[in-house]
Amino acid sequence: MARFIVSPSPHISGGESVPRLMYGVIISLLPAFGVSVFYFGIGMLIITTVSVLSCILFEYLIQKYILKVRPSHLDGSAVLTGLLLAFCLPTNIPFWMVIIGALAAIGIGKMTFGGLGNNIFNPALVGRVFLFISFPVAMTSWPEPGQWMQYTDAATGATPLAVMKEGIATRPAGEILSELPSFLQLFLGNMKGSSGEVAAFALLIGMCYMLYRKIITWHIPVSILGTVFLFTGILWLVNPDRFASPVFHLLTGGLMLGAIYMATDYVTSPMTGRGMLIYGAGIGIVTVLIRIFGAYPEGVQFAILIFNGFTPLLNKYIKPVRFGKEVAHG
Amino acid sequence: MKLKTFAMGGVHPPENKLSAGVRIRDLSLPEMVVIPVSQHLGAPSKVIVERGEQVKTGQLIARAEGFVSTNIHASVSGKVTKVDVFPDPSGYRRLAVQIKVEGDEWMETIDRSDTLVEEITLEAEEIRKRIVEAGIVGLGGATFPTHVKLTTPRGKKAEYLVVNGVECEPYLTADHALMMERSEALLAGIRIMMKGLGVEKAILGIENNKPDAIEKMREITRGTGIRVAGLKVKYPQGGEKQLVKAVLNREVPSGGLPIDVGVVVFNVGTVHAAYEAVQKNRPLIDRVVTITGKSLARPSNFRVRIGTPVAHLIEETGGLPEDTAKVINGGPMMGKALSTLDVPVVKGTSGIVLIRDGEARRNVVIQCIRCGKCMQVCPMGLEPYLLMNLSEKEMFERMESERVLDCIECGSCSYTCPSSRPLLDYIRLGKAEVNKIVRSRKAV
Repeated sequence: MARFIVSPSPHISGGESVPRLMYGVIISLLPAFGVSVFYFGIGMLIITTVSVLSCILFEYLIQKYILKVRPSHLDGSAVLTGLLLAFCLPTNIPFWMVIIGALAAIGIGKMTFGGLGNNIFNPALVGRVFLFISFPVAMTSWPEPGQWMQYTDAATGATPLAVMKEGIATRPAGEILSELPSFLQLFLGNMKGSSGEVAAFALLIGMCYMLYRKIITWHIPVSILGTVFLFTGILWLVNPDRFASPVFHLLTGGLMLGAIYMATDYVTSPMTGRGMLIYGAGIGIVTVLIRIFGAYPEGVQFAILIFNGFTPLLNKYIKPVRFGKEVAHG
Repeated sequence: MKLKTFAMGGVHPPENKLSAGVRIRDLSLPEMVVIPVSQHLGAPSKVIVERGEQVKTGQLIARAEGFVSTNIHASVSGKVTKVDVFPDPSGYRRLAVQIKVEGDEWMETIDRSDTLVEEITLEAEEIRKRIVEAGIVGLGGATFPTHVKLTTPRGKKAEYLVVNGVECEPYLTADHALMMERSEALLAGIRIMMKGLGVEKAILGIENNKPDAIEKMREITRGTGIRVAGLKVKYPQGGEKQLVKAVLNREVPSGGLPIDVGVVVFNVGTVHAAYEAVQKNRPLIDRVVTITGKSLARPSNFRVRIGTPVAHLIEETGGLPEDTAKVINGGPMMGKALSTLDVPVVKGTSGIVLIRDGEARRNVVIQCIRCGKCMQVCPMGLEPYLLMNLSEKEMFERMESERVLDCIECGSCSYTCPSSRPLLDYIRLGKAEVNKIVRSRKAV
């Protein structure tokens, strides 16, 4: 007699898997990676390779020898963390610092909480902030684009955001803006900054791909970018000399990378649409507060980490809209 | 024209309608039939025949016990060989009547001709009576006794009849075939149901992957006031609540029934069976069943006598393919896996789907990555990941307040989960516990 498999319904699966989703995000990062190699050349290749390989290695070692579980280092999530970490570092950073960043990202950011699915904070950002605090000089000297063969020896300078922050106390914003690359150049990523954050257009292409593949929904990127645009727009309308234009804020710093990739990390972002909108708006507001009123020129990383911390609360209190609102009395 | 659909959640599995367009044929009679007395939701029927008795096709063999129960008839003529427990498609051994087939002699009262009887002479009360007598249940799969739905509860008013021609389960094509080949009878059936319910308005919902059926039904319902709604393909649109939302934009309240918003929903198969019961005096002794699978030689739509062994059905379509790993009674999203082919086709069997090796096994379960996809696809706006966690931790009171009883068990969450988590399995477990709690609360 034939033996059949008996299990409860559903009997078919949609074929979605964690590796498919992770590698989907990785594919969507390829345009931004390409642009970054175009601007920063060999430095980008070195830090990306080191970061990705160290993340995979640390994930494997920690799972195998410390947690003693079956390593899942090739499920795509460690590769993705490695890529995103590299994307938010300057390309002239010494490679051993990248390794330390990867250890912080995977070890502290992810594995201490129990691995994929349990971490509260975005691992790549944990790695970045760890490096930012440990090596403030290396993390704030940004190579000029176009030095393909220079790695740690590349000529450096300040990011447009830092230039703006520095100058705006004494000079009108418009005057500073005229000395910086044009909006078109900023959109194309021709500026000093973290390796993968510079090219807004490439990141937007990646976002379209992820939306098309239904890897992410529009809620988080749109709410973050929209809030930043609105908030800085209002300030700019009130006093255009004292505050930079909202377009400048959208195109500079890590905003695009943060809004599209860092804040949309499944594990650390809310699950309902409404939760995502609150989370995104919160990130937008805190980003602007830090950029304009805080000590640092850039605030996206802190804003996202702060709201990562609110995610469990948002998941608990923001419920999806239920079907059939009122309860029938029978 | 913009296609309608329900607003919340839903998935779109590959349709795999392999037997679409295959004409309905009468399946040959098996040697033996086994007719369970519990083929419907509600109390099992009481057997009124004895071992050794000769029965005719269409003869009553088990009587309804109470209001929520149904009559059951002999689907073949022959000798009752056993009244005993037999395995049924739900996996349990339950009381059934076994009949050895001898010829095919029908009750004289049944009109077996092909003539279409359009004129409805009976009044609503008599229509209901005929349906009670004929043992009609919901043929979409839920098998709820039809006469119960035809009896509008006090204080409620039926305004619309919604006929379910959605057939949103992958693979299944029985309803599609019925709409194509029996459209006139179906139209008469819709009118009968409208009269039985006392409603003026009826809507037939059909998904857009059956454009021929939409066109055909539109053509024959022209000028009748019956509306045919073309729907965007989305699972589980065949769920009552989703269908009512799609065609009328009315939301059935939590814990309620479509009648709470003035709607009664019947499947096209049910409506067709009602036509035969009322106009032809024919009890529910057979139904259209899709038998299909990617390796099956001839995926088909058969008119099958109730009680026919599944094995017989498969033989008639070219035999069981070597690579069959799972046999499903019903569709792949909500059907039940069979452990043996030695079970009968029952009133609720809309199809038999054979799943090949490779596709039948579940993937390895990994951690939840909190992607929220289960919530995005839940058509009831629930949080499947949370319900599963609560079920694992046996926090049943909390499950109730998170509205687990709203779950329609469509399986969209498990289907979608990238971590292959058995969400619906755990939700079902918890739901059963919550139901127990609710019952004991009522008993106090």
